[in-house]
Amino acid sequence: MTNHWIDIKNTDCALIIGSNAAEHHPVCFKWVLKAKEERGAGIIHVDPKFSRTSARADFHVPLRSGTDIAFLGGMIKYITENKKYFDEYVRNYTNASFIVSEKFGFKDGLFSGYNAADKSYDKSSWTFETDANGVPKKDPELKHPRCVFELLKQHYSRYDLDKVSGITGVSKEDLLNVYETYAATGQRDKAGTVMYALGWTQHTVGVQNIRTSAIIQLLLGNIGVAGGGINALRGEPNVQGSTDHCVLYHILPGYLALPRANWPRLEDYHRANTPVSNDSMSANWWRHKPKYMVSLLKGWFGDNANKENGFGYDWLPKGDKGGDYSYLYLFDRMYKGKIKGGSIWATNPAQSVPNSNKVRKAMENLDWLSIAEIHHNETTDFWHRPGVDPKKIKTEMFLWPSCHRAEKEGSISNSGRWVLWHWKATEPQGQSKSMGQIMVEIMNKVRGLYQKDQGVFPEPIVNLDWPANYEAENITKKINGYFAQDTEVKGKLYKKGQQVPSFTVLKDDGSTVCLNWLYAGSFTEEDGNKAKRRDYSQTKLQEKIGIYPNFSWCWPVNRRILYNRASVDKNGQPWDPKRTVIQWENDKWSGDVPDGGWSPLASGKGRYPFIMQKEGHGQLFGPGRQEGPFPEHYEPIETPVKKHPFSKQLNNPCAKIIASDADQRAVPDDPRYPIVLTTYSLTEHWCGGGETRNVPWLLEAEPQLYVEMSQELAAEKNITSGDPVIVESARGRVEAIAIVTVRLRPFNVLGKTVHEIGMPFAFGWTTPGVGDATNRLCVSAGDPNTTIPEFKACCVNIRKAEKVTEINL
Amino acid sequence: MKLTRRTFIKFTGLGAASAALVQLGFDLSPAETYAAELKIRGAKEVISICPFCAVTCHFIAHVKNGKVINTEGDPGYPVSEGALCAKGAAMSAMINSDHRLLKPFYRAPYSDRWEEKSWNWMMDRLASRIKETRDKQFITEKNGQKVNRVDAMFHLGSSQMDNEECALVHQANRALGIVHFDHQARI
Repeated sequence: MTNHWIDIKNTDCALIIGSNAAEHHPVCFKWVLKAKEERGAGIIHVDPKFSRTSARADFHVPLRSGTDIAFLGGMIKYITENKKYFDEYVRNYTNASFIVSEKFGFKDGLFSGYNAADKSYDKSSWTFETDANGVPKKDPELKHPRCVFELLKQHYSRYDLDKVSGITGVSKEDLLNVYETYAATGQRDKAGTVMYALGWTQHTVGVQNIRTSAIIQLLLGNIGVAGGGINALRGEPNVQGSTDHCVLYHILPGYLALPRANWPRLEDYHRANTPVSNDSMSANWWRHKPKYMVSLLKGWFGDNANKENGFGYDWLPKGDKGGDYSYLYLFDRMYKGKIKGGSIWATNPAQSVPNSNKVRKAMENLDWLSIAEIHHNETTDFWHRPGVDPKKIKTEMFLWPSCHRAEKEGSISNSGRWVLWHWKATEPQGQSKSMGQIMVEIMNKVRGLYQKDQGVFPEPIVNLDWPANYEAENITKKINGYFAQDTEVKGKLYKKGQQVPSFTVLKDDGSTVCLNWLYAGSFTEEDGNKAKRRDYSQTKLQEKIGIYPNFSWCWPVNRRILYNRASVDKNGQPWDPKRTVIQWENDKWSGDVPDGGWSPLASGKGRYPFIMQKEGHGQLFGPGRQEGPFPEHYEPIETPVKKHPFSKQLNNPCAKIIASDADQRAVPDDPRYPIVLTTYSLTEHWCGGGETRNVPWLLEAEPQLYVEMSQELAAEKNITSGDPVIVESARGRVEAIAIVTVRLRPFNVLGKTVHEIGMPFAFGWTTPGVGDATNRLCVSAGDPNTTIPEFKACCVNIRKAEKVTEINL
Repeated sequence: MKLTRRTFIKFTGLGAASAALVQLGFDLSPAETYAAELKIRGAKEVISICPFCAVTCHFIAHVKNGKVINTEGDPGYPVSEGALCAKGAAMSAMINSDHRLLKPFYRAPYSDRWEEKSWNWMMDRLASRIKETRDKQFITEKNGQKVNRVDAMFHLGSSQMDNEECALVHQANRALGIVHFDHQARI
């Protein structure tokens, strides 16, 4: 989140879209309701299905899965045409005034530079005209025909009410209602918050969904202010922390890039990844990347990393340029026999990755598999699942008992970037151990083997700075970072081994160690482990908006609202003094930690507010994504229509689509699969359901796999509530119990009726008789920026079942 | 005295509930009799965090004789103010579930069952498989460029891990040369 959970109470309008917050983040909803009760905030819920979130919203707007960009594109058009944007903010804090290169173009669904052969763009034309110093030229009047603002208006001129209504299935009335209500937050003393979750990310246009909302929030001046922001409601119980530590193929801790084969040396890596800006008013914070990378390498290899050996850069694996090593590709390669062995920790891919039949089959090709889990599930026991003969499956299995969270101590990071400590209640039960301890032991055994017997390329393994045992707080300290030699900082002497006070002292010369620059400042000599803090004191200014600066610690540097320099004018005075985030008075900032301590812009010594962007401005025109600098509507990979009104390009031209004999797909408007399926979680079950199905009363509350459908569809198929049904896609079939409900309504899409149904995915065969993986239906296609699969839209058909074997009736 | 939630928490804190209530002016005798029968009497209170969504509600674990006998919401966490959803409310059931794996298990190739094996034996066996696979499948160079990686091995998970565990897992996997490295954030 750019903001944080409690801040939601400060909003004037919550746009909840691609999320069912009341059911999947239940406890946070009190802050939405508080905004409503105490400030009269509006709540808008945009989601295909009516749910408990909708029941508490002022209005619910159902839209067809996968049409959010059309929906929001219409809002951008509305905002610009009706001049609802916050003019001063847009002119000064966004790149609206930047002049785009004349080589840039857009025609019929494609931007300039598309290469159809490898489905990617040469982005060199997505750039700005620059002056002699390489700084983008600007037209502050926003009149130049190629200024970003003009191009933005041009791009969304096609997103009129007729077209948007036709493709989304939302009435023009509902569209205008949402646009008018939300656009009202463009006033300087109003703030709107966008709350989204996997309803947005799980699409082949997922990142562009979020980009569209970022454009809207920038136009309305809602970034950096209390009650505003782009607020991802993160799912998993330390997914924020695990994302920050980048347990992801393409990045290293602190969001540094994975080294690639075309950057053979550390200098090449630094040069390719460190942005340069000659605008002295732009902080361009990522220019400090080399310091963070070297400090990380020192953390990994200790004294074995030095300037001469590029701090161990050579020992790191290099991905192919453009290589994708994510889940979808991993399981495809596994299916094709290219993966020999690996480990799975506290995750259940046999339930939660698309095309489960293929995933489960793929695992049979592994020679060995190590799993750390708290209980058996569909992944640990894939080798004797219904319908297979274990005597034909070679996979050697190692199953490690992982202890429960309450049996270990450590820190986790919540969705609002707060780093929180949890204490150890008891020793781990039985022989269970923490996953940290298990990882430490495995690596120590492997290191022992390499130390004894060399083997292939032993250097990175034997040179690792690795503990003998897992002691959480030792790692917490290393994550914050410490000095590798005696260092003086502003007159204070830090000895070798002492904690660094913040990331501003990290260096690229090997004198500092830091496992994650974002967390520097979280565990200091002065204040100890700040994740443990439970101090409720706030200044009056802070208390007004509920910042809690002394409860735990958040990254970066305990700044609770990101980009908060955009919440003030150039004199450092808040747009809305009733919800001050920061304020310049008596020659200093008060309130939250300012996003850069420089004095206000008017002093001549300030910096533009968007300090993580190279040019310091919020990006309306965003040249960094794979499929375009402006979001554009494309249909989901499996779609009930053959064309849409915005262009001839039906689908995302860069979408990642996996091809194999197990990955059959529906064609557009496929008569075999005319119904749109969306999938979602439940309140009583967690995701794939592995853990929660083991709690008797949670299972009693939600006992079996069901499919929700409209009364109209049920009548068509002669189905009544409680009937067992078969839902089928090009990839598999799933048994479920029908729920016929008003919560889903048919959509009128381009003049024809399109039905949408919804299914949870919490039920698996290891709990007998409750149903099995919904993901046997879903499609192996992903977003080109993240490769997150399109769980939220695929095409299916449904019929009454004569007999079912997966569900006890 | 004016009783705000903050005052209440300040006085009751952890484990000092009854003394504080007397200070606040309550007559405890009937309550004391009732409390003598409460299962959490005399228990140690430890704060942990729900392992489900990223609201990260805190809970208080009541511990007696080395066992968690009760869990409930922690009012000291400003985001939840003591609330828990159905999953968080079931925490003690999950901690003490019969379904929990409490021993390591091994499955031999082509076997139809899990076997109990010693932790040490399994560790040695797994480490040797890791080394054997890595040594055999390691790719030093590809298309004339140094890659120093092993595509044939992978790691998945986990957003269930603490920050400290994630940091170590990342370090270890890159040292092994693994690029098929992913977890729930991408799902």
